[in-house]
Amino acid sequence: MSFKIASSPHHHSMKKTPVLMRTVIYACIPGIIAQYYFFGAGNLIHIFLACLTALLCEALVLSLREKSIRKHLGDYSALLTAILLGISLPPLAPWWITVLGTAFAIIIVKQLYGGLGSNPFNPAMAGYVMLLVSFPLQMTMWLPAKPLLTIDLSFLDSLNIIFTGFSLEGYSIAQLRSNIDGITMATPLDTLKVDLGLGLTALESMSKPVFSQLSGLGWEWVNLAFLLGGLYLLQAKAIKWHIPLSILGALATMAFVAFMIAPDQTGGPVFHLFSGATMLGAFFIATDPVSASTTNKGRIIFGITIGILVFVIRSYGGYPDAFAFAVLLANMMVPLIDQLTQPKVYGHPANSKGKS
Amino acid sequence: MSLVTAVILLCLLGLIFGAVLGFAAIRFKVEGDPIVDQIDALLPQTQCGQCGYPGCRPYAEAIANGDMINKCPPGGESTVAELAQLMGVEAIPLDDAHQEKDKQKKVAYIREDECIGCTKCIQACPVDAILGASKLMHTVIASECTGCDLCVEPCPVDCIDMIPVATTTKNWQWDLKQIPVKQIQ
Amino acid sequence: MESLFEQVAQGRIWPLQGGVHPPACKENTSGLPIIPMPLPEVLVLPLKQHIGEGGKLLVSAGDKVLKGQPLTEPVKGLSLPIHAPTSGTVIKIEAHPVAHPSALSEPCLFLAPDGQEQWVERKPMAHFCAETPEYLVSKIKQAGISGLGGAGFPAYIKSSSLRNINYLIVNATECESYITADESLIRRSAENIIQGIDVIANIVNPNMILIGIEDDKPEAIKALEQALEHRHDIHLRVFPAKYPSGGEKQLIKILTGEEVPSGGYPVDVGILVHNVGTLYAVYKAVVEDEPLISRIVTVTGEAIEHPQNLEVLLGTPVEAILSHCGFNPGKEQRVIMGGPMMGFTLPHTQIPVVKITNCVLAPAKGELPEPQDEMDCIRCGACADACPVSLLPQQMLWYAKAKDLAKTQEYNIKDCIECGACAYVCPSEIPLVQYYRVAKAEIRTQEQEKRQAEHAKQRFEARQARLAREAEQRAEKQRIAAEKRKKAMASSGASNAVADALARVKAKKAQQAAEQANTAMEPSAQATKEEAKPLTGAAAAVAKAKARKAAQAAQQTTDQVTEQTTSDEVTGKEPSKAPQEAPADDKKAAIAAAVAKAKARKAAQGAEQTHKPTAQTDEAKGPEIQSDKKAAIAAAVAKAKARKAAQQTEQTAVSDSQVLSDEDPSQQRDLSDTHKTQGALTSSTDKKAAIAKAVAKAKARKAAQEQTATFASSISDTQELTDEDKPQRSELSDTHNIEADAPEIEEQSPLSAADAKKAAIAAAVAKAKARKLAKAAEQANDEPDNQD
Repeated sequence: MSFKIASSPHHHSMKKTPVLMRTVIYACIPGIIAQYYFFGAGNLIHIFLACLTALLCEALVLSLREKSIRKHLGDYSALLTAILLGISLPPLAPWWITVLGTAFAIIIVKQLYGGLGSNPFNPAMAGYVMLLVSFPLQMTMWLPAKPLLTIDLSFLDSLNIIFTGFSLEGYSIAQLRSNIDGITMATPLDTLKVDLGLGLTALESMSKPVFSQLSGLGWEWVNLAFLLGGLYLLQAKAIKWHIPLSILGALATMAFVAFMIAPDQTGGPVFHLFSGATMLGAFFIATDPVSASTTNKGRIIFGITIGILVFVIRSYGGYPDAFAFAVLLANMMVPLIDQLTQPKVYGHPANSKGKS
Repeated sequence: MSLVTAVILLCLLGLIFGAVLGFAAIRFKVEGDPIVDQIDALLPQTQCGQCGYPGCRPYAEAIANGDMINKCPPGGESTVAELAQLMGVEAIPLDDAHQEKDKQKKVAYIREDECIGCTKCIQACPVDAILGASKLMHTVIASECTGCDLCVEPCPVDCIDMIPVATTTKNWQWDLKQIPVKQIQ
Repeated sequence: MESLFEQVAQGRIWPLQGGVHPPACKENTSGLPIIPMPLPEVLVLPLKQHIGEGGKLLVSAGDKVLKGQPLTEPVKGLSLPIHAPTSGTVIKIEAHPVAHPSALSEPCLFLAPDGQEQWVERKPMAHFCAETPEYLVSKIKQAGISGLGGAGFPAYIKSSSLRNINYLIVNATECESYITADESLIRRSAENIIQGIDVIANIVNPNMILIGIEDDKPEAIKALEQALEHRHDIHLRVFPAKYPSGGEKQLIKILTGEEVPSGGYPVDVGILVHNVGTLYAVYKAVVEDEPLISRIVTVTGEAIEHPQNLEVLLGTPVEAILSHCGFNPGKEQRVIMGGPMMGFTLPHTQIPVVKITNCVLAPAKGELPEPQDEMDCIRCGACADACPVSLLPQQMLWYAKAKDLAKTQEYNIKDCIECGACAYVCPSEIPLVQYYRVAKAEIRTQEQEKRQAEHAKQRFEARQARLAREAEQRAEKQRIAAEKRKKAMASSGASNAVADALARVKAKKAQQAAEQANTAMEPSAQATKEEAKPLTGAAAAVAKAKARKAAQAAQQTTDQVTEQTTSDEVTGKEPSKAPQEAPADDKKAAIAAAVAKAKARKAAQGAEQTHKPTAQTDEAKGPEIQSDKKAAIAAAVAKAKARKAAQQTEQTAVSDSQVLSDEDPSQQRDLSDTHKTQGALTSSTDKKAAIAKAVAKAKARKAAQEQTATFASSISDTQELTDEDKPQRSELSDTHNIEADAPEIEEQSPLSAADAKKAAIAAAVAKAKARKLAKAAEQANDEPDNQD
């Protein structure tokens, strides 16, 4: 027997990467449940598909890169990416959308850049944007919340639509999305955008059934659930407050200002905060440490950038929701932000930005 | 008429800018570090002559005149990289002929009872790190030795060894794997 | 806005940037008293136990030492003495692994305690206030006190700064987990620590004295409060526990809000920080006149049966401590010297306790997390949040891994205090500190190499300059010598022009004669061939040396010969006069040399024209035999020439052959005979010698034929050289040196006093050469017959 030689420190906080990743995954659960409740089992199926694809792709690339598959799969980072992508996809998008998007996210966006920790872009969002740009039709087929559906949607229906395009009763997804009057229903954000474009005021548009007290029917609950998960993450110290708070703050401020200037043309801060992917994005996606800024000051700048971009794109861009684009654009700014926000090092003059 | 105006205008502009540039060139002339000095500063100054030049400075001059930058084994790859950066050329691997065999720093050691006092090594040493007189034993001032091994060749009795510098607590490189672990029980 | 000083005075605490909260784990030992550790069997005292240099040994193996007796004395620089921790015998002084992360061996003194605990004479001093600061500082230095907090910086250096000290800060923080050494010391000896503070305050005279302690040590705080009850000049500051608030720079920031500039010392901002242990040692040294021979060590960890705070003599091996406290090693046991955050693991327990050892920690398996495989950095930034220096650890890691040392320095890797907070929080369990240490060590090495390169460059340039200077001086000397010669010529008579002409004629004659003789001498050589050979060899070698010299310096020689021939003419007419004055006078020496040359040439001529020895030869050689001195001068000149030739041709061996011919007595005799024969042909009867001589001549002549007429002179030089016996020659070679014709000869002169071994080697070389020559000269061997 011999003594063990080790480098100091000989102590560790025991907060490890896999634990962190698992915490984030657990925190997604309330949101996923809300999604299931309002939009059916579609997202559950997508999450499952995405996880499967992600693990396979990751294992494949790891074996090509001659790395320990068990060790790297065990860090749960691929699973987390898959889950986030699965959550973001339209519930009844075809199965190959998920597979393609996940494979792209894992192989190209993550592993080809060097694996965990080396990717400049958030893999889930990059995959999402790739899908959105390449397959706009499939990627915009959002379902209205279950209470608005004229046709009942069971788990098997969702499964069937995802894999065949038709429910058990033979309804297509387009038919599912139509209301009693035969008018296709879209997401609240989309509806508002289209209505404003048609010359309606925000108030008029928001009296439609897809809307509810806070924002859209169902969507508000999904967002509230993700907010809950996010608060849990904060409490568990898995993420820091800087990014979510600055995103939400910037988005709310922008929306508030716009609302004050032209109340007819915007949904207001509360609508923006609880619509689309706001909470998911603010707490789960933008906080991905790999592609976010690493300094506290930088995180705030990063968050504000995302908040502003989200509002701008939602209001003036071509897409109803904008989280993926905003996050990717902010990812691009990260190296610059990091460079400019280096903290003052102890013992160095304050103006030197830590550089000697 | 407009053509003439344009030509005159352009000429005038050219003159003005030329004058401004000329003035700036003289007024704000940067007294740059001569390139040879910069190169010399990057070379390891072992004066070993393995590059084929009699010392680091001549090699620096040769590089400034377009010689290859990969002839300096004591400097190793890092020196080549620095030179490449300075000269604005691709970093190339060390020349085969100048390939370093052993990176470890060494100093010359004279086995003193074998030394015949021929002074040949003293004459060979580029940094005067060998002490001795004719017919008297020589010795190396270890702290001054650059490890160029130029003294090894001239020794008629082969009494000079190049020995690696011993690791002490002062120059230990934190290689934890090399700590000898004693078995207990 | 209040000034910083006022804020400090009001008790403001600045929060620590970053930092972590590892579990304190101090409960095992925190309430326990300090127990003196029993004497171990042997004490191992590293000669250097602090930052800086070790001292000079004062004792040697076998010496009896008393407790507290200094074992080393400080040399200049950061040097401290060590003292005998107890009375006993010095067993040995040899390298032994020391308390350093590398566990490398350094010189250690092994002391066997005799159990008497017999002290050296001490002079306790209760009233130190009257003493001068210088005396107190020297007292601290002589007591060998270095910082006991961990870094081991010599305490006297800190205190002896001439700068104005604003704050004296007492570091009672002890922020590392497990360690309770300082805490237990405060509980036991708070009063004494205050006295230690007073000593230091007496030296540096600070504006404010602050004691910094973390709030998780209520008993220690109480003890300090009690001790400070009537002291209003010392302020106790209690702040929340957080690692690493006990770091010197961190504590300064917490207590004063000031920052020590990067790369600087606290003194630079007028702050002095001492650990409580150091202050206690100062009290001991000054008041009780006890040097630093023991310290408090916390022995803890779950693998220890009886965790406790021990007062341990310096040099006690860790093994003795562990066995005293009961040690149950488990599988993959770690034994850590220092705390869990900054301590280092020991490879074995033979390592002694030194001045900086505050804790020996032996955790059971699972007590402290085992180091796991590092995973990929996920850029979470936890390290940056934990860094008390506000560095960006992940960027530094990135560049340290890429070996981009310049970049790591740009990210201020040098400001890293290696506290381990970053690695503690890293979710990927990257041993960040280890990467930084390696990078820092590499940076240090690089900087040192750079310094060395600069130094080497300077030395190289100095050498080049010296070589150039020497070459110049040599040229100058030669020039002066040439001038002297010219002067000598000028003073020796007005018949220069005539002499020149004569010399030229003579040279021509000599050449002609040589050509004639070459053909004339052949027939009779065969008869004497067998006898002549051995001697011929040596002589031939000598001749060869001459010939080569002539060949090498043909032009120079020509000039010289001309001059010498000229002077020969002059002196030849008054042969008795020149030799008498020669040793005293440079000029004369030069003349004498020239004379010798000329004689030699004449002799050559004589030898060549053996049928009818000329009057010149008789005239010249006759006096030479009578006058030893003159001959000696000539010989010296000849020798010098020969040596010069040797140097120029780099064939020292050949020149050594001259030595050989001198050393071999029989040969020498023979050759002297040769001279006699030559000098007075009719009186000499030594046939053999004559033959040998003639052979040599012949050979030389052959060479001369091949080359130029000047050779003749060289050859005859050789002959004359061989005539002389040793002492004379060496004496006269000095004379020659005065001539300063060839400065290198000075260097070579010891050769003439060569020992037998050298001579033998030279002889061998010469023999080889000679044999070669002999072969070439076989035809020429016939020639000597003509002489008979």
